[in-house]
Amino acid sequence: MTNAGTPRVALERFLDRWLPQIVVSPLFAASLVFVYAFIAWTIYISFTKSGVMPNYTLVGLAQYERVWSTPRWYVALQNLFVFTGLFIAGCMIIGVLLAILLDQRIRLEGAIRTIYLYPMALSFIVTGTAWKWILNPTLGIEKLVQGWGFRDFSFDWLVDPQMAIYTVVIAGVWQSSGYVMALFLAGLRSVDDEIIRAAAIDGAGPVRTYATIILPMIRPVFLSSIIILAHLAIKSFDLVVALTGGGPGYATDMPATFMYAFAFQRSELGTAAASAVMMLMTVMAIMVPYLYSEIRGSAK
Amino acid sequence: MNKFSLLMSAAAISTIVLPTATFADGTVEVLHWWTSGGEAKAVGELKSSFEAQGGTWIDSPIAGGGGDAAMTALRARVVAGNPPTAVQLKGPGIQEWAIEGSLNDVDDVAKAENWDAVLPPVLAAIMKYEGKYVAAPVNIHRVDWIWANPEVLAKVGVTEVPTNWDEFNAVADKLLAAGITPLAHGGQPWQDATVFEVVALGIGGADFYRDALVNLDQAALASDTMVKTFDQLRKLRGYVDQGFSGRDWNLATAMIMNGQAAFQIMGDWAKGEFLAAGKAPGKDFLCAPAPGGAFVLNSDSFTFFKVEGEDQLKGQQVLASLIMSPGFQETFNLAKGSIPARTDVALDKFDSCAVKSHEDLTAAIAANSLVPSMAHEMAVSRTVRGEIMDVVTNFFNSNMSSADGVQALASAVKRVQ
Repeated sequence: MTNAGTPRVALERFLDRWLPQIVVSPLFAASLVFVYAFIAWTIYISFTKSGVMPNYTLVGLAQYERVWSTPRWYVALQNLFVFTGLFIAGCMIIGVLLAILLDQRIRLEGAIRTIYLYPMALSFIVTGTAWKWILNPTLGIEKLVQGWGFRDFSFDWLVDPQMAIYTVVIAGVWQSSGYVMALFLAGLRSVDDEIIRAAAIDGAGPVRTYATIILPMIRPVFLSSIIILAHLAIKSFDLVVALTGGGPGYATDMPATFMYAFAFQRSELGTAAASAVMMLMTVMAIMVPYLYSEIRGSAK
Repeated sequence: MNKFSLLMSAAAISTIVLPTATFADGTVEVLHWWTSGGEAKAVGELKSSFEAQGGTWIDSPIAGGGGDAAMTALRARVVAGNPPTAVQLKGPGIQEWAIEGSLNDVDDVAKAENWDAVLPPVLAAIMKYEGKYVAAPVNIHRVDWIWANPEVLAKVGVTEVPTNWDEFNAVADKLLAAGITPLAHGGQPWQDATVFEVVALGIGGADFYRDALVNLDQAALASDTMVKTFDQLRKLRGYVDQGFSGRDWNLATAMIMNGQAAFQIMGDWAKGEFLAAGKAPGKDFLCAPAPGGAFVLNSDSFTFFKVEGEDQLKGQQVLASLIMSPGFQETFNLAKGSIPARTDVALDKFDSCAVKSHEDLTAAIAANSLVPSMAHEMAVSRTVRGEIMDVVTNFFNSNMSSADGVQALASAVKRVQ
């Protein structure tokens, strides 16, 4: 009996020890190839003179010089910072305010929460197209208000190169602030009622209670919301394409649309790869300190 | 050698020779992005003509992004060593692939049918790589057209389309004063570039156009003529309505049809929109060549990729011959709204705009004023075109001065050369 049992026990031991690794390994291999190998390949291409097809002749930093001497790239970078900053700030402010207001145990909370959360269910393409019509001066808000009799009313940000990037912010904030609200609402609900009552007994008003007691207690929610919003902002491509098409001119170009234009419309794989590497480095500049602090935090 | 083996070798020869001697069969896989309306109909003509000769046609339409999606697919196919037989590919894009060594030539067919004699020399040069034909043109589109609504023009007492830009500005100012949008335009980079090249031709003439936008001569790019071109472009910016940003070209054409605007500067694919809406040329809409007395050429073509196997090579030869046959050129272009690439096809069935286009084409060839379109990928590589479009569209959508615009243009071209 023991003789027959031994191999089974050995197998069980083996599985106990290795099963997690065996299950995870295909996924690991896939991400190794399809994410990291292609990142490496893109980095390699960015040092070659690739045009319409990949070409493995190395040219040093020429493609990076090309990217950094193109005026359009600076527009894209500036837009990235303007958009990311305003998008995160806008979503946070509106999301937190909505969450606090909903936290007052109002009636129909479930229905209202759903209404605010719904934009998140739409794709950015739908959001972009809808806002394109709303903001178009000859179709949307401007025409409506002028139709009411305010002939001098003007709201033409969408066609104004200086202001067009802010229309992307408006549409982005509209879409994502409901999501931030949901995150914060969950955070607020997790705060112990005892603390709030204690604050009330000590004579703290509602503003003071939220600003100095409750919000600092849910600091982790801030961190995760900002990380989620930041990656949405940096990879924003579909919203820009649907809303402005990068226009007017290339006033609302983003690094992602810049890369797309060079890779697929202009047959310049090398330059596109160089701009993609620049984007990767931007993301890493944000993510690496965050991951580092996370790992250090959990090691403690 | 006895009788039997003679018979055998005769049979063997006949099996080798006969299939190539008969006119029919062959297989082609054709990659294209003609998927809408008149375009789909036009490519359907090609398919049925090919199949009528007994060949097998494998259709690979890839819609999206004005051919960008198709180009991405093509790149993947070529890298994988399995290119399509023929691809809708045009202008210097043909040369880009030829340099990569990805193309087959069809020079035997071209020599036998004497393509050199029937194609405009400018177009023939684009179809060749190292002196051999690697592509066959299906049509000629003219880019430098002004489309107009005669009823709208009549409101300000104008009956003819202006023939120079000063006149155009005078008419446009009158229209503005009457509360009519003078120019229907869509603010997309390629449309801005189309207007730009048409203006450059009108201001500087064919030689200036060729120096600046085909040969990319720095002196011409930075010249006073170019400053004047940008000045005129700035004037045109004042003639478009407020909602022009990002508008598709066919919606701009619809503005002419509905009487919301007077003029549109666009190639003759706009005619397809008018005709599809049941409008008659000369009555419901006017077509007139833009100022410049020249002809800006745009042409679609099929390029032959390096395929293997008797069947596909054969298909390539048959397709090349078919594309260039006068009968096909007529039926295809009636469906597409363009004119035949062959200059010797009779135009009895074509409308008055097409006949005018053909007359001007013949005149332009004689006067050496036929120029390839920059905006439509006929003149310069996609790289250079992209840089020029960036400058033009940025100028059109900002308050940049003409001098700064010219400066930006010259340095952008220099950067990529």
